Amino acid sequence: MADLKPGDAIPELRVTPDKYLPHRYAGASGDFNPIHIDREFAESVGLPSNILHGLYSMGVVAKAAAQGLAHGDPRALKKLTVQFRGMGLPEQEIEVTGTVKEVDGNRVTVDLEARQGDNRIIRNAVAELEV
Amino acid sequence: MALKTDAVGKSWPSTTYQVGREKIKEYATVLGIENPVHFDVGAARDAGFRDVVAPPMFAVVYSLAALAPAMFDPEVGMNFATMVHGGQTFEWGEPACSGDEITTTARCVSIEEKLGNGFYVFETTSVNGAGAEVVRGTWTNIVRGV
Repeated sequence: MADLKPGDAIPELRVTPDKYLPHRYAGASGDFNPIHIDREFAESVGLPSNILHGLYSMGVVAKAAAQGLAHGDPRALKKLTVQFRGMGLPEQEIEVTGTVKEVDGNRVTVDLEARQGDNRIIRNAVAELEV
Repeated sequence: MALKTDAVGKSWPSTTYQVGREKIKEYATVLGIENPVHFDVGAARDAGFRDVVAPPMFAVVYSLAALAPAMFDPEVGMNFATMVHGGQTFEWGEPACSGDEITTTARCVSIEEKLGNGFYVFETTSVNGAGAEVVRGTWTNIVRGV
C-alpha cells in the first residue's frame, strides 16, 4: 500500500441486500425498529417500504474501506464518520465507492459514499485507516 | 417552541456486554465479511488476537443497550415519530475479542435547533475489562419540525 496517493480510487464494493436482510441484521444488531422489518408498518408511517438499517449500510461502507485498503484487517479502521441521507431499500444493489484524500505515513484518509442507483444513501463518509 | 435542553450533559448508567464467538460470527455473516479471524479462533490467534475478533462495526451490538435508555429518556424528550438517524461516527481503539467484557456509558453531548429541526447528539464510550478504550461513538439524531 506504500504507493497510495490522494485521488486514487479504492476497489468498488457491490452488494444486494435480499428481502430478509433487514430481519437478519435486526437479529445480529438487536435493533428491531419495525420500520426496518415490517413493510406494512413502514408504509403506514409514509415510507416506500421497510428500509435498511442505516448502521447496516455504514457496516457495508466500513467493509469496503477495510477490504479495499487493508485486506479486511479489523485493526485497520481507526475512525469512520457518515451522514445518512436517502433511505436504503432491500432488494436493490448498493454500490460503495471511495477516493483516497490524504496519506500521512501509514495513516490513510478516504472519502466514501454508498448509492442505490441515483439514491445516495450514505454521503460525506470519511474513513481513517492505518495500513 | 423552544427546544428542551435540560438533558445536555446527562449520563446514563453503564451497561456491560460480554462479547461471544457466535455473536461475532452472526454479525460478520450478515455483513458478508469473510475474514477467518471473525470465525475461527486458530486464525484469530495466528493473526495476533486473543480470540475471535469482532469487525469494527460490531460496536453497534455492544453500544445499543447503553444508548437506548438515553434515547427514550423523557427528559431528552425526542419525538420518535419524526426522528431520523442523521449521522454517526465511531473512533476505534483496542479491538473487541470474544471473552471481552465491554462497559459502555452514554452521555448527551448537545441538543440544538438548526433550521427548525432538532439535533440530538449522544456519545457512547466503551472500555474493555483492562480499562482500555474500545470505541467512542457519536450518534446524531435529527427530529424534523421542532
